[in-house]
Formats: sequence, C-alpha cells, structure tokens
Amino acid sequence: MRRSIPVVAAALGLALTMTACSSGGSSTGDQTSAPPSEAPTSAAPTLSGTLTMWVDETRIDVMKPIVQEFTAQTGVKVDLVQKVSGDIRTDFVKQVPTGQGPDVIIGAHDWTGEFVNNGVVAPIELGDKADGFATSAIQAFTYDGKLYGAPYAIENIALVRNNKLQPETTAKTFDDLVTEGKKAGKKYSVLIQQGDQGDAYHLYPLQTSFDAPIFKQSGDGSYTNELGLGGANGDKFAKYIAKLGKEKVLSASIGGDQAKAAFEKGDSPYIVTGPWYTTEFTQKGMDISVLPVPSAGGSEAKPFVGVQGAFISSKSKNPLLAQAFVTSFLTTEKVQTELYKAGGRLPALKASAEQVDDPVLKGFNEAGATGAPMPSIPEMGAMWAFWGTTQVQIISGQAKDPAAAWTKMVKNMQDAIDKAGK
Amino acid sequence: MSHQQTITPEDEGTPPRPPGERPRNGTGGVSHARDFGRGFWVKLVLVALIDAGAVYGILSAVSVSQWAIAGFLVLALVLVNWAYFSKRALPAKYLLPGLVFLFVYVIFSACYTAFIAFTNYGDGHNSTKSDAVQAILIQNEQRVEGSAAYPLTIVSQGGTLGFAVVQDGTVEVGTQDDPLAPVTGATADGDKAATVPGWDVLGFAQIAQEQDAVVNLRVPVSDDAADGSLRTSDGLTAYVYQSTMTYDPATDTMTDSATGTVYTADDHGNFRSADGTALTPGWRVTVGFENFTRAFTDSRISGPFLQILVWTFAFAFLSVLTTFALGLFLAVVFNDPRIRGRKVYRALLILPYAFPGFLAALVWKGMLNVDFGFVNQTLLHGASIPWLTDPWLAKLSVLMVNLWLGFPYMFLVCTGALQSIPGDVLESAKMDGASPVRVQRSIVFPLLMVSVAPLLVSSFAFNFNNFSLIYMLTGGGPDFQGTPIIVGHTDILISMVYSVAFESGVKQYGFASALSILIFVIVGVISWWGFRRTRRLEEL
Repeated sequence: MRRSIPVVAAALGLALTMTACSSGGSSTGDQTSAPPSEAPTSAAPTLSGTLTMWVDETRIDVMKPIVQEFTAQTGVKVDLVQKVSGDIRTDFVKQVPTGQGPDVIIGAHDWTGEFVNNGVVAPIELGDKADGFATSAIQAFTYDGKLYGAPYAIENIALVRNNKLQPETTAKTFDDLVTEGKKAGKKYSVLIQQGDQGDAYHLYPLQTSFDAPIFKQSGDGSYTNELGLGGANGDKFAKYIAKLGKEKVLSASIGGDQAKAAFEKGDSPYIVTGPWYTTEFTQKGMDISVLPVPSAGGSEAKPFVGVQGAFISSKSKNPLLAQAFVTSFLTTEKVQTELYKAGGRLPALKASAEQVDDPVLKGFNEAGATGAPMPSIPEMGAMWAFWGTTQVQIISGQAKDPAAAWTKMVKNMQDAIDKAGK
Repeated sequence: MSHQQTITPEDEGTPPRPPGERPRNGTGGVSHARDFGRGFWVKLVLVALIDAGAVYGILSAVSVSQWAIAGFLVLALVLVNWAYFSKRALPAKYLLPGLVFLFVYVIFSACYTAFIAFTNYGDGHNSTKSDAVQAILIQNEQRVEGSAAYPLTIVSQGGTLGFAVVQDGTVEVGTQDDPLAPVTGATADGDKAATVPGWDVLGFAQIAQEQDAVVNLRVPVSDDAADGSLRTSDGLTAYVYQSTMTYDPATDTMTDSATGTVYTADDHGNFRSADGTALTPGWRVTVGFENFTRAFTDSRISGPFLQILVWTFAFAFLSVLTTFALGLFLAVVFNDPRIRGRKVYRALLILPYAFPGFLAALVWKGMLNVDFGFVNQTLLHGASIPWLTDPWLAKLSVLMVNLWLGFPYMFLVCTGALQSIPGDVLESAKMDGASPVRVQRSIVFPLLMVSVAPLLVSSFAFNFNNFSLIYMLTGGGPDFQGTPIIVGHTDILISMVYSVAFESGVKQYGFASALSILIFVIVGVISWWGFRRTRRLEEL
C-alpha cells in the first residue's frame, strides 16, 4: 500500500507549486484506447463496468479489435493501457497489492512463478476447454498444479535458412550444418546470437541435444526441482560450445541486432531465431525456410517454448467480468484465430492452430513440437544470469577448463535455488 | 514586519504618508495581508489554485484510505494559507516551497528507504498478511479431480445468494450455509436450472453487480465438508473444489487438511511448519537489523566484496583525478586571451556534457564492441582488442569513457574559477618577477582549489555511485568466473547491490535499501572528511 505514497506525494508536491493538479491518480501508461460505444447484441445481457488491461507495445494493435468485439458482445468496456513489457511484470507485482493494479494483463508464461509467489495472480479454471489447447501451453501456465493464465499464442526458436544462399539442407547433425554453411562461402556459417551477457535461450536446442535440460522432467513433461544440466552430459555440452567458440561459430560480440543484420545482409545462410525476426525477414522479401535445429549431441534438439496469455489480478474489482473475458472469450476459436492473423504467432488453441497455413509458422510449430516450456520458477532470473555468463566465458575461451566452469555454474545455480527457498 | 510596524510605519523611519495611500511596492511597511492591490489578487488566485489542488488531493487520499498522505496534505494546506496570508511570516513565504520539496523529495524518500531497510519487503513478501492469507487459501483450493462441470444458475432469496444446479435431472439449490438440496417444483432447461420456486433467478447483469459475493460464494455439495463445495469464477459454470488449507485466526495457523501439517505464522512473515517448510506467499514484516547483518554474514556477498570495494574507490578516485586534470589543463589553455576563437572551442568542449550520460554510455558500448565497434573497425583498422571483455581493458574503458563524459564539467568549473581570480593579483605576481609556471603553481592553483575542491569532493561522491555508467557500458562485466553471485570486474558497490538484490531474479527491496544505506554511510563519511580538508585550503 505504501508503494503509492511517493507517487501521490510527488504529484501533489508538484501541484503545490504549479498551482494546478492534473494528476489522474493512476500512474499507468501513456496510451489508452477506449473502445467505441456499447453495442450490446440482443442475445447477450447488457453489462456495465470497465476492465483495465495492460498490454505491451507489440500487442496493443493486435488486442484493440479483440476488446472492441468483447465490448460489442457484452457491453463491458476494456481500457487498454500500453506499457513496456518489462514494466508490466514489475508494476503488476508492485501495484496489485495497492488495489490500483489492472484487472487483466497480457504477458509471458514464465512470469507465473513470480506472480504466484507474490500472491498477485488469480487461478483460472478452463474446465474441459483445457483439452482443446496444446499441452505445452497449458503446462506452461500451470504452477504447483494450478492454472494461472489463459494461453493464446506459442512461440519458439528454430533454424532459419536463406534459400537464396542455401537451397537445400541435408545435414543431420549440427557439425554437418556448420560444414555445409561454410561451403556457402559467406562470412558466417550459422548465426546464433549471444552478446556479452550470453544467451542461454538461443543455445538451448543444442544443449538439450546433449540430454542436459535445465531441470529434470517428470513423466508428464513437467519440471522437477532437480537441476538436469550438470553431470557428464553437461560437461560434453560445455566442451562442445568451447569448440564452437574456437571455430568462431559462436561469438560474444554477436548479439541479437548483429545476428539479424548479418542474416539480412546475406552474410550467413543460417540463423537460429524465432518468429519475431522472421516476420521482418519475409517483409523484406527474403526467401526463407524454417527447419528444426539439427542435433549436436545425438539426441533430439528441443527449443524452449514460450507461451503468451492473459493473467487476472488476484485483487481485481471485477473478478467475474475479468474471468468472463479471459476464460470464456479469449479462449474461443474465433478469437484465437483472429489473434493469430493479427499477431503472426502460432495459436495455443489446437483448433485454430490447425488452420495455420503459413509455411514459416508451420516450420516453427514442427521445430517446437517436442519442446518444453521455459521454467517459470522465480529463481529463473538468477539461472539465466549464471547460465549466460558461464557460456560466454566458455565460448570466449576465458574459462580455460569448460567442464570445470560448467560444474561450478551448476553448483552456484543449486545454491541460488536453495537460498531462495529458505 | 511586526504587527506594530504596520500600524505605525513611521517608527521605521519611513516618511509619513497621507492616510489611504498605499506603498508602491508593498515592501514599505504595510503587510501584503493588508495590501489589496493587484499583487494581492494574483496571490489570492494562486493560493486558491493550490488550495483547490490540495483539497482534491485530500479527498482522493481519504477515499483510498491513505491517511498519511491526507494528514500531510492537511498540514501543508494549513501552512501554505498561514504563510501567505499572515503578516508575520515573511521568511516562511520564501522558505515554504523549498521546505515542501525538501520534505517530499529528500526527507520522505530517505525515511522511506530507511523504513524499507528494516522490512523484508520483496518477492514473496509483497503485501499485507490478510492478502497473503487470502492468496494461500485461493491457491490451495483444488478442483476435485474428475468432478463434473455444472452449468450454473445463480439465485437469490431476500438478499441471500444461492447456486442452482441440475444433478441427475433434478434441480438442487444451496447457499453458503445450506448444502445442495433438491427443490420441488423447480424446472430445468437442459442441464441448467430455469426456474426455482421461492427464489429469484439472476441475470448476468445482476450477477455482475454482485461480483465479489458471487466469486466468494462456496456452496457445500453435501453435509460432509470433505465432499468439497461448488464455486464459480465466471458466473456461468461451477466446479467442485476442495480447500486443502484452512486458516484459523485464533491460533494464527494454516492447516493442511490433506496431510494434517500445521503451519504457524512466524516473525518473518511466513506460515512455517515444524520442519521448516514455508508457504508462499508471505507478507511484509519488520525484521530489525537483519538486512544489515546479512550484508556482512552472507558468504556469497563477502567473497567478491573486497575486490569490488577496492575497485569502487579506485574508480571514483581516478575518475575525479583524470577528469579534473584534463579539465584544468584545458581551462588554463583556453583561458589564455592569445588563443583565437576560444568561445568556439569552449562550446565544442562542453558538448559531451550536453549528452545524457546513459545514452553516451550505450553509444560507447557499441563503439567498443570487439568485432563490430567503430574503434576497432575504423580507428584501428580491423584490430580485435577486447575493450569491454578483458578485465583490465574493461576497467580502462570505463575510466576513459567517464573521462570523456566528465571533463567538460571540470573544464566549466575551472574556467569559472580561473576567471574569478582577480587580475591584479596575477599582475602583481608578474611585477615581482614570477615565471608563468610559478604564477600558476603558487597563485592560480591555490586560489582555484579554494572554490573547486568542494566540487571535487562531491564529484567523488557522485562517481562512487555512478550506477548508470557501469550498468549501461559494461553491466559490471566481464563477470568473475564461478562466483556465487553474478558480479564482474567493473562492478562498483551500487551496481553490485543491484545485481544481488534485483537481478538474482528474486527482488529484495528491503535488502537493497539496507545496502544502499550502508553505501550512503561510506560516502557520507568520506565527503564529511573531504569537506573538512577543503576548509583548510581556505585558510591559505
């Protein structure tokens, strides 16, 4: 509750000198869009009330027509508030306890753990509708056995090929792919973005092909609390990326922007990336194909799956309307298909996913078919940091003994989890 | 400006005035309060606007039960009106705006930080206890496995809400207190109850009016509580839930009905069982000096701490030294009247100062990239010098970028100080036959230091906490290898605090506040000592 004191106090301090007070009291974002006037259909009862929903800049245009439709159907207005993606996560945690937060937010599934841990998100019950969704999508929003979000889109990374430079791929292993890529005679063979903080997410397909997943998985595919990336398999993977670093396939100086720019320039026949960049590639007229990442360590290369969906605040003043919007409206085939058409991401609802005819998205779908969702435990922030840092040190050759550096990292990760659980 | 003076202005020695004529500028002797000229009306309007804003603020604060803010605003309102309408409060008229800002922006935030430092506020302890209890109860309500979904009709009888569902073809109604029971004469429409004698069937619009009551309603399925209860989250369908946790306010305990484990509220804002397992979420409590002692006892922090402390001092000291040396040198050079177009040079030199620091740091980060950066690619013709990834080069890069960012400030300050040195002092030195070097060393520099030295101390304090430069340029990297927290060779204390308290994934506001207070103490002591030293310079 006290969090809002500085904001309000500052606003009023300002008012004192400016002799005018125009603060609306809500410290929300900059762009709100009120849907058009109520137009209830005869079938639906006329409702009143307003839901506040936080959306980031990439999804606000996708959501606008959807909420207008909801308003037309039910008479409930939805106030869309645009916020930066990272702010949605932290501000939701900060503002829900004050009672000033939004009713609904659109976000990524890996926020679930933090939200549950802070008690800011309400569980939802999809009932039998849950069976209509991709298993990984439901799994992604499930935390401690309860569902906390309604999924609408799935995304994952895959191998993207520039058909102009490399019309065909015969490589069955990642090593072959590198050799094949080198034959194309360009500056790079395969681009995998890293950057100076590392990027474990983009290396994860290679890591899983060594059977070294971040956490061990139980029979139904959900994660256990036991780290799985250590041991002999992890060591092998560490040595492998050290080798790729030496061969200059991987480099800390190639961040996301550099990798994208190089691929667009035609400097590389292959890039490992996600749908967020391929839409730009196709818009620029590039001829691309999307393939699964070949295995490096013998097993199947499985990327992380990221799922987007809607969360409901545990302190929403309109719990029923919010639930109606999230569980009954967003989950319909019609809406999921519309979201896919506007957003260009694979729908989480199976019935809508079957209608996808875009070869690029289909390629991503196949590449991620066996992938597991990113873990959503609150400690993942620390995991990512340890993970990326160590990988960069191995790739750049700073860590002289890759296996030892990897083992040390696993120990630090375990310590971080143990300390946090205290 | 006393009461008496306004009555007998003659006492002040001002010439006597015919009665009725008011002083021209209001400072003569008649208080503003008695002066109904144009100035008074302007003041009246301004104060009225402030009052309107304050009253609006008070009303909004009261409406959301923020009593502290409301109290502060009432106080401020009274003070403002007293200060600007009283005839005794002339100093207050000038001081009040400053005091209000001081309170809001400095004292309040400092006290608030101090307060947070004594709490466990952070992830997992985000809100009040009642919120935590409610969240635990909701999170531990499980849908009974394999149970059916009931299309729901919500009914009401004299203000009591009830659920009507169809079970095996018969309509059953239940409320909070009465378990589901068949109602005779009720009709069903498919699998949904249509009419229930004695009860009003609510439409969705009516349901939405009573959202909270509907969502919180639990209707027992049978007399046996173990069978679970019906609840709805969307008002359309009900499911059978079983609550595995029950809260007993009398003993302040949570009991897991499935395992029988009792979780007792502890003094750290958690329900904890006998074997130490805690339920999440917890709530915010004060934890005394625990955050402070943790800074010294947590082995994960104390490991790299010394290295970072040494670098923080080195960074702050070298930053001040290099920027001051370059700034002073340029100031002396461009202070020489023989240089043509000095104004142009000076303007150009101040340019880096005009860039926002964090933006410049980001630009430099790009320019220093090993393979793509402008420095390696263009200036050094394709060299691959790891400016930001080698521990020592990264430290050098940080200092160089900070030099680029910081020297214009020193240049400005020194130029100003040089120009304020009286010309006759320099002239008499020349007359006495002092060489130019000697003049600089014995006259100019000591006089310069009198006015510049305090600024060097504050520049040291600023660089000691120069978070944005480190965070934007290197992010603290290159990281130490294998340390239990992610910190690096260029991390300074404040960026280490950020890394430990926020980037570890679990945000710990309490701990971060405690650490920042510790840093404040370090900086405060150094500054105090530095300012004492500079005072000695004035005695020269």
